Amino acid sequence: MNLDFTRLFEIFIAASLINNFVFTLYLGLCIFFGVSKKMDTAVGMSITFTSVMVIASALSWVVFNYLMIPLGITFLQIIIFIGIVAGFVQATDTIMRKTAPVLYYKLGIYLALITTNCVILAVPLINARDKYSFIESLAFGMGAGIGFSLALIIMASIREKLELADVPHAFKGLPIAFVVAGLIALAFAGFSGLITL
Amino acid sequence: MKYHHEVSYWELIKNGIISENIIFRLALSLCPALAVTSKVKYGLLMGIAVLFVHTMVGITVSLIRRFIHQRIRLPIIMLVIATWVTVTDLMMAAYAREAYAVMGLYIQLIVAFASILARAEMFGSKNPVMPSMFDGIGMGLGFLIALVTISFFRELLGSGSVFGFQIVDTRPVFIMMLPTGGFFAVGILMACFNWIDRKYSKKKSSSH
Repeated sequence: MNLDFTRLFEIFIAASLINNFVFTLYLGLCIFFGVSKKMDTAVGMSITFTSVMVIASALSWVVFNYLMIPLGITFLQIIIFIGIVAGFVQATDTIMRKTAPVLYYKLGIYLALITTNCVILAVPLINARDKYSFIESLAFGMGAGIGFSLALIIMASIREKLELADVPHAFKGLPIAFVVAGLIALAFAGFSGLITL
Repeated sequence: MKYHHEVSYWELIKNGIISENIIFRLALSLCPALAVTSKVKYGLLMGIAVLFVHTMVGITVSLIRRFIHQRIRLPIIMLVIATWVTVTDLMMAAYAREAYAVMGLYIQLIVAFASILARAEMFGSKNPVMPSMFDGIGMGLGFLIALVTISFFRELLGSGSVFGFQIVDTRPVFIMMLPTGGFFAVGILMACFNWIDRKYSKKKSSSH
C-alpha cells in the first residue's frame, strides 16, 4: 500500500473545513443544536464522536470491501452499516462500563445518543460512495470528526454568551441559534477553494 | 400513547401536521430540511420519500407488533425502517436519476430519523393497523408541508423562481441558495411560528 500524504491531507482538510459536516453538508443538526448549550457537554460529545467516527469508518470499510463486494450485496449497505454502528456502540458501552467506569461516567451518556445518528452513519456511506482506500477512509473519518468537534465547540462558546443577550421574544431558543449557525456557515464558506481536489 | 377510539383519523393527521410538526414543533430531522430545500422540486421529492417511509413503517410495525419480544423491539424496528429506506433509495435511484444525484445521501439517511423510530416505538407498536397508518401519514405530511414551505421561500428568493418557473425578474438574493441561507430561512420561519403561536394563545387566554 503506497501512502500518498498529500492526498490524505487533502481529504482531511476537505472533510473538516471545506465540506464541514454541520455547516456545508447539514448533518447532525439535532445533536449540534441539542448539546451546544454548554461547553463541558460539547467537549465530551466531540471526543466521543470523533473516536466513534474513526472506528466506525475502519470497521465498515473492512466489512464493505471484504464481505459485501465479494457477495454482491452492496445494495444492503444501509441495513448493514446501521447494524455495524449500533452493535459497535453497544459493545463499547458495555465494555467501558466494566473496564473504565470513570470514563464511562463522563462520556457514557453520549454513547447512548449516537447509536443511530445521521452524522455517524454518513461517514461509512460517503466512504463507500467515493470508494476510498482503507487509510483514506480513516483520514476522512478523522477529518469529519474534527470538523464536527470544531463546529460544536464554536457554537457552544457563542451560545454561552447568547444566554445573557437580549433577544426578541419570538427568536428565543432555537431560532436565534439557527441565525447564529447561518453566520458561522457564511464564515466557513470562505474555506471553499482552499484546496482544489 | 394508546389510541382511543374517540380520536378520529382526521385528528391523527392534524396532530402530525400542526401540533407535532416534526420540523417546526419538535425540531427533529433538521438535516434534510436544510440540505435539500434549495429547490421546491427536491423538497417535494424528499417529503414524498419520508411520507412513504413513515406510513409503511407505521403499518409494518403495527402488523408485527404481537410477534416481537419486548427485549428486541428496538433492533427490530430499526431493521424495518432500514428495509423501507432501502426500498425508497433503490426506487429513487431508478426513477428520479437527476434528483438522486443531488440528494442520494440524504435519502439514505432517512434511516436515522428520530421521528420515525419514536413514532413506531410509541404509536405503531401499541396500536392497530389503521390508526398507525394514519399517524404515519399525518407525521409524513407535516414534514412534507414544512419542507415545501422552506424550499418555496428559498427558491423564490434565491433564484426568483418556483418549481423552475421564473416568477420574479429582479436580481436574486444569491445567499439564500448557499448553506447560510438554509439556516436563515429555517430560523426566521421558526421565529414566525413562535410569534403567531404567542399571539394566538394570548388572544385565547384573554377571551376566556
